[in-house]
Parts: sequence; structure tokens; C-alpha cells
Amino acid sequence: MADILVSNIEIVPGRRVIRHLGLVQGSTVRSKHAGKDILAGLKNIVGGELKAYTELMQEAREEATDRMIQQAASIGANGVLNVRYATTSVTMGAAEILAYGTAVVLE
Amino acid sequence: MEILYFALDYFELVLFLVLLSIGFFVGRILEQKHFKSIRQRERESKNILVFAARFPPNLAQPQDCTLVCGQVVISSDYFKQFVAGLRSLVGGRFRGYESLFDRARREAVLRMKDEARNKGYKMIVNVRFETTSLTGGRQGALPSFEVVAYGTAVRPR
Repeated sequence: MADILVSNIEIVPGRRVIRHLGLVQGSTVRSKHAGKDILAGLKNIVGGELKAYTELMQEAREEATDRMIQQAASIGANGVLNVRYATTSVTMGAAEILAYGTAVVLE
Repeated sequence: MEILYFALDYFELVLFLVLLSIGFFVGRILEQKHFKSIRQRERESKNILVFAARFPPNLAQPQDCTLVCGQVVISSDYFKQFVAGLRSLVGGRFRGYESLFDRARREAVLRMKDEARNKGYKMIVNVRFETTSLTGGRQGALPSFEVVAYGTAVRPR
């Protein structure tokens, strides 16, 4: 997927957008298994970063971005511009991450 | 039987006080350590420029660009949450939570900068922040938040 350019600005400096292919998106809902949840609960007492959750969200974000890129590739785009992320907490320890952007063909 | 109930009540009180003091002392030490590391890494990554402006300077020049992203999930400690509970009775500033968000945002920016550096970029434009509460509205859960910083790393080709 290295040939697809992903950016959150609307243009690519020095390259022209030939065609706009519309919105592409990818999303995933993730939760951690109970053991790590309990550990995070203990970590909650002293506060600070919850590494297990950071990892979880990072994996989820990569997954969502990958799905978005796959969708873009499947409709023949070679770039996704103006990418935005949105995160929603579903329940304790589970969250949905959505990545969306505009698929374009760059020259 | 009544003695047993009393002991249980007492046990809860002791547990509460222990958690409160662990939260206060350990939480404070960890926070200071984290701030120290943040300040040091901020000095080290000064050469990577970060802008909230939408476009990179010199648009005519062909440039490589890629999305970079840094994120952190952070939670408040037991003591801070207790104080926040009291504080919400009278309103005003939640100092403990302010420092929490400050920590999380700066950490997220540092991670974003790290990613840019690892990919060989020295400038990030159009940086956006996003903050989400992860507790899912559950009552009694210690609040945890996710902070994301993302932007487009650019470099002249």
C-alpha cells in the first residue's frame, strides 16, 4: 500500500489532482481482553498513561487507516487527501475509530 | 454480627485512605517524572517544526507528504478524581485535570514528531488534536481519555 499517498491537507504540493473519486472510509471497533482491562484498572489508581489502551487504540487506528486505503485502492485512487479521524467510546474498554478522506487520482 | 459489619465499614475506610494516599504520592511522583521526560524530549526534538497552518510554505515546490500520528491514553489518579468530585460541588478550575491534559497533549505531539523523524521528515503541517473520553459514560469508572495529534509531514523533494 506504499504507493497510496495519505495526507490531511487538501492538496499535494507540486502535484495536480486529476480526478476526485469521492469519500472513502475505514472503521474498526476494538476492545482489550479482560486481563489487560483489570491491569489498566489497577493502573488507574496512580494515574498516568495506560499503555495497554494506547497500544489498543494505535492498532485500531492503523487498522482503520488500512481499510480506508484498501477502499481507495479498490476504486483506483492513488491518494487520499484531507483525512480525518473520529473516535467514539462504545463501552468501557471498547472504542470505534473511523478514518475518512477524499480519494483522488494524482498525476 | 454488628462488630463484623463495623469491621467491614472500617476496612472500606482504610482501603479508601490507602488508595487515596497511593494516588496522591505515587501519582504525583509519576507525573513529575513524566513532565521531566517531556521537557527533555521537547528540547531534543526542537528541530522538527510543527504548524497548525493548513498548507506548507512554498506550495509550488514538489514535496513528499505523508500522514503522521501520535496518540496516548491517559487516566486520572484516585486522588485527583476524589478532589475533582469535591471540586465539582463548588465549581472552578480542576488543576489536576489541566495538568493531565497538558501531559497527554504534549506526549501525543512528541510521538507524532518521533514518527515524522523516523520517516525522515522535518516539518509537520495542519496538525489537529482530538480528545475522546474512553469511560463510555459508566458511572464510578476512573476517567480515562485518549488524545490524538495528527498532521501531514512534508519535505521538499
